[in-house]
Amino acid sequence: MSEEKVISVKDLTKQFGSFTAVDHITFDVYKGEIFGFLGANGAGKTTAMRMLCGLSFPTSGRATVAGLDLFKEAEVIKRRIGYMSQKFSLYEDLAVKENIRFYGGIYGLTDRQIKTKMEYLLHQLKLEDKANTLVRSLPLGWKQKLSFSVAMLHEPQIVFLDEPTGGVDPITRREFWNLIYQAAAGGTTVFVTTHYMDEAEYCNRVSIMVDGRVDALGSPDELKRQFHAEDMGQVFLQLARKAVRSAD
Amino acid sequence: MKQFIYFIRKEFYHLWRDPRTMFILFGMPLMQILIFGFALTNEVKNTRIAILDNAKDDASRAIIHELEASRYFDVQEDVRSNADLEPAFRTGKIKMAVVFPDRFQDELLHANKAPIQLIGDATDPNVANTLTYYASAIILDYQENLKGREQIPYTINTEMRMLYNPQMKGSYNFVPGVMAMVLMLVCAMMTSISIVREKELGTMEVILVSPIIPIRVVIAKMVPYFLLSTVNIASILLLSVFVLDVPIQGNLVLLVAECLLFTVTVLALGLLISSAADSQQTAMLISLMGLFLPTVMLSGFMFPVENMPIPLQVISNIVPAKWFYYIVKNVMIKGLGFTYVWKETLILVGMTAFFMTVSIKKFKTRLE
Repeated sequence: MSEEKVISVKDLTKQFGSFTAVDHITFDVYKGEIFGFLGANGAGKTTAMRMLCGLSFPTSGRATVAGLDLFKEAEVIKRRIGYMSQKFSLYEDLAVKENIRFYGGIYGLTDRQIKTKMEYLLHQLKLEDKANTLVRSLPLGWKQKLSFSVAMLHEPQIVFLDEPTGGVDPITRREFWNLIYQAAAGGTTVFVTTHYMDEAEYCNRVSIMVDGRVDALGSPDELKRQFHAEDMGQVFLQLARKAVRSAD
Repeated sequence: MKQFIYFIRKEFYHLWRDPRTMFILFGMPLMQILIFGFALTNEVKNTRIAILDNAKDDASRAIIHELEASRYFDVQEDVRSNADLEPAFRTGKIKMAVVFPDRFQDELLHANKAPIQLIGDATDPNVANTLTYYASAIILDYQENLKGREQIPYTINTEMRMLYNPQMKGSYNFVPGVMAMVLMLVCAMMTSISIVREKELGTMEVILVSPIIPIRVVIAKMVPYFLLSTVNIASILLLSVFVLDVPIQGNLVLLVAECLLFTVTVLALGLLISSAADSQQTAMLISLMGLFLPTVMLSGFMFPVENMPIPLQVISNIVPAKWFYYIVKNVMIKGLGFTYVWKETLILVGMTAFFMTVSIKKFKTRLE
């Protein structure tokens, strides 16, 4: 982990009418870091993440992503980030190969790059014999690993993962996290939201959002010390209890 | 540009792999043309009628013979008295009855005047009208023959000629209408559904995070449906010429160009719907209620616009299908050239430009 900031957010705010979904959040994320972005449902973490990906326009504040200004260079930022959405984001009626080719294509990879990536990826995920299978018929865990690999296809500087492991078994989650570690070791910054507190422990640093604000920020050990808690679950509960806003 | 091709290829995969879509795209036009061409026609053919012949003389027999010979009527013979008519009507066995009085010929020859009663089932007023009209015409014909060479001064003979459609075939009317309907379904509904599906599945988010330019996404979504529409236009025209015997009187290039213009109009409408709808069901419902119904009701294809109350006539002007229907009818059936339809074409172009602009503006770069 280096000292180079890849995401820098200052007083970023998003209002929907009179409702402030994200309320002046400030934090930095460093290169190669696994940054956990926690919060109860409705705390505003998805909105915050969508702003950073260019899916939602911030109301006020400042932010740079991958060294570029979010307000001015959102289109360039898109080339440097990867995104895996909360909903499963591959096409079920396309074969594994076709999905890889499509996403490679829209990220502007050349045919040769796509071919190389495809071989590597199929090998890494042990999906060689499933290359022509429709994604629909893969087990959920494989779909999610594939989805992550597709988000990493164009070698982004930062990859945003929105609750990537929802609904999969612990073993697959473990395997999924191995992929995340690999990506981080390769220098990719991983920005991940999660509901699982054991996953929070795997992160280098964690921020916890409550009612649209970032109420805690630090490494899991620091936070446990700060809140006199045994694990991240207790830290989270202490903060989440203060929430006024109800979950959606 | 390559991104674009990857995108279009992906759209085609979706199409090929969804049997329902394929059916709507190719089965529907075929079915509609055939159903409208053969089954749903407002022509009257072989309608069952009853004849109550109280006279049984030469004159009545001669008229009955004419009626039987006509292809409009199929004469049922089992009526013997007035009392038989009512149940026959009630059960729907017959649509019309012709009643000859006693001594029909006597009265005709000696009193120079003889009544024939035509009783129609007016639950469907149009059919009843048509039937009695046909029957009167046949009877009148007989009367003319009877007069023979006998000169009556001051007779006016009306001679009718049906322009553009001498056989009065319903398919002349339906082909342009079906074309409008099919393009509506294929382009507007299918395009909107295919965009909304990506919103629903969450893949739209991923696409919008990618560097592909949103307008290219929109165009890539339209291209496959545009191509398929050309196939549909071709098949409808071929079917109408070779199966329904509806000739193309006008310039084929002009006709096809107008069809392609309308295709773009409805594609833009589909896009507009997709920006308003959040689920595939909503998109389908809006397409059906907002586009399909007005197309059927207000384009003039089912009901003549001229006979509608003024407010509806005004509303019909914003239905693109009305203008398209007018253009196709004039070019295809009447054989008119561009000079006669340029105004309507301009209206369609204007509508297309308007829908395109609004929908592309509304198509959200950022999903709020």
